Amino acid sequence: MKSTKNISSKIWIYVLLLVGVVISIAPFYWMIVGSTLKSGEIFHVPPKILPGDHLAENFRSFNDSLGIVKIFWNSLFIAVVFTVLSTLICSMAGYAFAKFRFRGRNLIFFVILCSLMIPYQVTLIPLFEMMVSFNWLNTYQAIILPSLASPFAIYLMRQNMKAVPDSLIEASRVDGAGEVRIFFTVILPVVRPALAAASIFLFMSQWNSLIWPLITLNSKEMFTLPVALSSLIGMARIDYGQVMLGTTLSTIPIMIIFLLMQKHFISGILGGSVKE
Amino acid sequence: MRFSKGDESEAEFSSPPLQQEESIQFVRGVSMAQPEKIISTAANYRVNVKKRKTLITPKNAPYFFIGPSLILIIIFTIYPVISSFILSFQEVRGAEKTFVGFANYTRLFHDPVFYKSLLNTFEILIVQVPIMLFISLLIAVGLHSSIVRFKAFFRIAYFMPAITALVAASIVFMILLDEHFGLINYLLSLMGLEPIHWLTSPFWAKVSVIVVMTWRWTGYNMVIFLAGLQAIPKELYEAASIDGASKVKQFFLITIPQLKPVFIFTVVMSTIGTLQLFDEPFILTQGGPNSATMTITLYLYETGFKYFEFGYASAIAYILVIIIAVISWIQMKWVGDLEE
Repeated sequence: MKSTKNISSKIWIYVLLLVGVVISIAPFYWMIVGSTLKSGEIFHVPPKILPGDHLAENFRSFNDSLGIVKIFWNSLFIAVVFTVLSTLICSMAGYAFAKFRFRGRNLIFFVILCSLMIPYQVTLIPLFEMMVSFNWLNTYQAIILPSLASPFAIYLMRQNMKAVPDSLIEASRVDGAGEVRIFFTVILPVVRPALAAASIFLFMSQWNSLIWPLITLNSKEMFTLPVALSSLIGMARIDYGQVMLGTTLSTIPIMIIFLLMQKHFISGILGGSVKE
Repeated sequence: MRFSKGDESEAEFSSPPLQQEESIQFVRGVSMAQPEKIISTAANYRVNVKKRKTLITPKNAPYFFIGPSLILIIIFTIYPVISSFILSFQEVRGAEKTFVGFANYTRLFHDPVFYKSLLNTFEILIVQVPIMLFISLLIAVGLHSSIVRFKAFFRIAYFMPAITALVAASIVFMILLDEHFGLINYLLSLMGLEPIHWLTSPFWAKVSVIVVMTWRWTGYNMVIFLAGLQAIPKELYEAASIDGASKVKQFFLITIPQLKPVFIFTVVMSTIGTLQLFDEPFILTQGGPNSATMTITLYLYETGFKYFEFGYASAIAYILVIIIAVISWIQMKWVGDLEE
């Protein structure tokens, strides 16, 4: 009696969980299939569930209207350069907060915590004015520089570097290693998991970001994938085949990184949410 | 729980303070089980590293490490925050700026679209956050239970929406929710239901925004809840079982109270996220129909970058700052009161 009840409740749990999985994942499948269909076929009733043969055609028409290779390159270049620089700068700051006592430390840390809470919208207009006066509209640096010092990444690195034993740093100093050398050859290798988490978080936020690139980029050659996608949607006649290819291209790279490194991915996003 | 670190390095850090030789050996990645080798590497290490004159001493090192971040934050955060505050009291015409006192703010309080955007944002907030957190918690509890297998698979599948660009997700849903040809109305028609005007009726447009937000963020919150559940000590449940508490009772008397900090974290984060809502309505409905999905950030974007009313847009931004500050303060106070 009890065991049949257990089995049926077990089946129910699995059925519900699987329904959730289908809802989570089906749009991805449909999006990928859509990128291989003609614009009209995407709205076919009943829906097409097998890939068509229009991928090359969609690629060509996307390339003709917006230059797909350049846009993909822009997104990748910006996200990679941003991630490398930001991870470096934020881990340096995190190291200073975690392992040094210096004048102004508490004040600076307080300011950083505050900027974590300030909505980014407040900075949009002055930043835009600044970019105009620097003549930086439509440049990579306009996208990369303003968000390089991520308060979240600084906080994450600080938390992790606190766990590095002081004796390790002392020992290296006694051995005559310089401060910069200690940071690069002693500290960074030790906090590799945190570096991975922070850099994945930074890459993802930059790769997916829309509003700031939308404001600063207005020439087609400089578009990133999200901006290009929003411009495709704004066109008078939307070519849905192109649009689906664009969404697929903006999702696949990050999906691959996610599947390879999902453990770091999740820890990067959890950040300091769950305390001991 | 510490998420950002592998178990291996954690174990090494929690061991008693390391000896000098050991720490060098640790850095050079030599196994502890080979004492002779340790000594020789340690010796090599000393020979290799000669004392060099350097500009960065332990004394000025912290400023060197913090410098780049601090300069960037001053230029790209602190300056804009102050500048935007000043802008909110100005009227900007081309390069010309004139002080207008509180005119921008008085105009805001008489602006029906601004009221609409405030109201919409709060309506979405009040409906979406509880629904999403409830589903997240349900899935997390289901996945956490000992009878479910393939946990990693489920976790990955549920988390997947959280990694996609909001633009991509919104576009995919825009097509799925198309009134005449969209897949979702087709599925409804199979069940014998009338098509729904997802994006063209004011009510359903809001529902559409909520659907996309829920699709995207449920798995994300689920993972946070799951981490919270795993952090609850098992002994609590064992003790309760011995005392004869039922599973349901255990859930309400142990799981829910223990999960409180995580729960508050997700509420705060979702609230702040919803107050800043932009991508979904921008793509799905452009704020329409009839401003039904106009949000504060979308309105700010339109005034600032469509009509170039920088002063007025800055006033909108500052109202948003005040709202977020007040809500965060209430939530913090609520946490504080609960903990006393």
